[in-house]
Amino acid sequence: MFNPEMIRLLAQGIWETLYMTIVSSLLAYVLGLPLGILLILTDKNGIRPMRLLNGALGFIVNFVRSVPFLILLIAVIPFTRFLVGTSVGSTATIVPLVLASAPFVARMVESSLKEVDRGVVEAAQSMGAGPWQIVTKVLLPEAKPSLILNAAIATTTILGYSAMSGFVGGGGLGTISINYGFYRYQSDVMLVTVLLLVVIVQVFQEIGWRIATRGDKRSR
Amino acid sequence: MSNFLSEGAKRMNEIIQIQNLKKTFVSDHNTVTALDGIDLSIEKGEIFGIIGLSGAGKSTLVRCMNYLEKPTAGTVIFDGKELGNMSEKELRKARQSISMIFQGFHLLMQRDALSNVCFPLEIAGVPKKEAKEKAKEMLELVGISDKAQAYPAQLSGGQKQRVAIARALATNPQVLLCDEATSALDPTTTQSILSLLQKINQKLGVTIVIITHEMRVIEAICHRVAILDNSCVAECGMVEEIFVNPRSDIAKRLIYPHGRKKTVFQKRGCLRIVFDGSSSFEPVVSNMVLTCGAAVNILFADTKDIDGKAYGQMLLQLPDDETAKRRIYAYLSSRNLYFKEEVADV
Repeated sequence: MFNPEMIRLLAQGIWETLYMTIVSSLLAYVLGLPLGILLILTDKNGIRPMRLLNGALGFIVNFVRSVPFLILLIAVIPFTRFLVGTSVGSTATIVPLVLASAPFVARMVESSLKEVDRGVVEAAQSMGAGPWQIVTKVLLPEAKPSLILNAAIATTTILGYSAMSGFVGGGGLGTISINYGFYRYQSDVMLVTVLLLVVIVQVFQEIGWRIATRGDKRSR
Repeated sequence: MSNFLSEGAKRMNEIIQIQNLKKTFVSDHNTVTALDGIDLSIEKGEIFGIIGLSGAGKSTLVRCMNYLEKPTAGTVIFDGKELGNMSEKELRKARQSISMIFQGFHLLMQRDALSNVCFPLEIAGVPKKEAKEKAKEMLELVGISDKAQAYPAQLSGGQKQRVAIARALATNPQVLLCDEATSALDPTTTQSILSLLQKINQKLGVTIVIITHEMRVIEAICHRVAILDNSCVAECGMVEEIFVNPRSDIAKRLIYPHGRKKTVFQKRGCLRIVFDGSSSFEPVVSNMVLTCGAAVNILFADTKDIDGKAYGQMLLQLPDDETAKRRIYAYLSSRNLYFKEEVADV
């Protein structure tokens, strides 16, 4: 199997997988981070309790998260075509990946921010800090290690989703493993793609863990 | 007329006035009254203590003083302005003059000591360089300028509270609220933090409000005290007066946690101590009473001071308590005094 053709294919697969995963993760955070912050601020014990908004956001997040990814992938095809012009290939796959992972990211952000001691927030309030200052100067910096660790988890989850999108021609290592390994019974190709995915996950996880612990001032 | 004037002058000196303050917490299942008609006035420059058992409403009361907790009814007037009438923006501005420190310190864990002290200045919009200078000055004041680069995780409890105090004072507040600020610290550290608060009060003239459940904190540095019980002020006045003559039950319980000590003396027998030239400059009997924590009754004494040396003897009635007696014997032996138990009736 290690002919130049296959190696070129695998290299392209790695590139496409990284491209999909990283761009989707970034966009998922563009949507998910503010959503997570909004969830924590409007919580009934938050600094700006808003029952209705919090309930509505919570419902949307739960709703999207409970739709299986494969179904969401197919269901949003019209929307994907509208945005990207096609529904196959790695760029097109970014659309369902972002839609599926943004609510997940929002929950991750919410749980990281919840770890920040309520007392520290109270101390900031007692100094006259407003909501924006509390978010930018207290919640986000204090939760940074946890946010980074959770970002690594989110990224690896998105990587897993991207591989799943191989079933509908999403591109990347997932497509290779399905087209060659699954449909053509080339088990060696399947094995190699899976191993490559394992390595990528390990690398992402390790990088996230290192940045998180190195930046954490609580553990020194 | 003169009465009216003195009343007016008094008003001028009040930094915080609390009138008929009420706070109830309503949850789905029940309603809890935390404060029920509190009236207090705190004067400029004093150290005011608020003491009570847990659940008496102390923490809620102190949080109403900067409106971290919004009262259900009543008014809080800070420096002549009513907090309840302020817009959110005005309130945030006012809070820069009412600082607060906490039992759990509540420092930012991801910032070092210096930038923790810079934090309230950043909030107030002070330029970075200026803030840093001020922060250094504040760390100097609380005596830990050598720890400026240390993160809270590397500091001891006492050091963390010093950073918190420096942080609270950075914005030049008029009032410092201390919510059980020493309750997480050991007795020695507590003492050093209390001395620091006293120094700040004297040096900077900051009014200090101390919330505590420990009478020794009140005793150590407060000028006036309010005793909180069942959501109400049970007693309020000068610390010395309340210590000497507590009127309310709760005050008595706080001052004598184990009940007023009454010594029962032994019915038969007493102790004869002979002074045969030991130093008369040493108050032996007083020291014995203080060291052993036991009262004695002097039945007879005939001592003379000759050239700084004590001669004579003394008859003491001892408490009817074996441990106390043993301690007294041990103390007298350690002082090299001759003593003897007498069996005679007293």
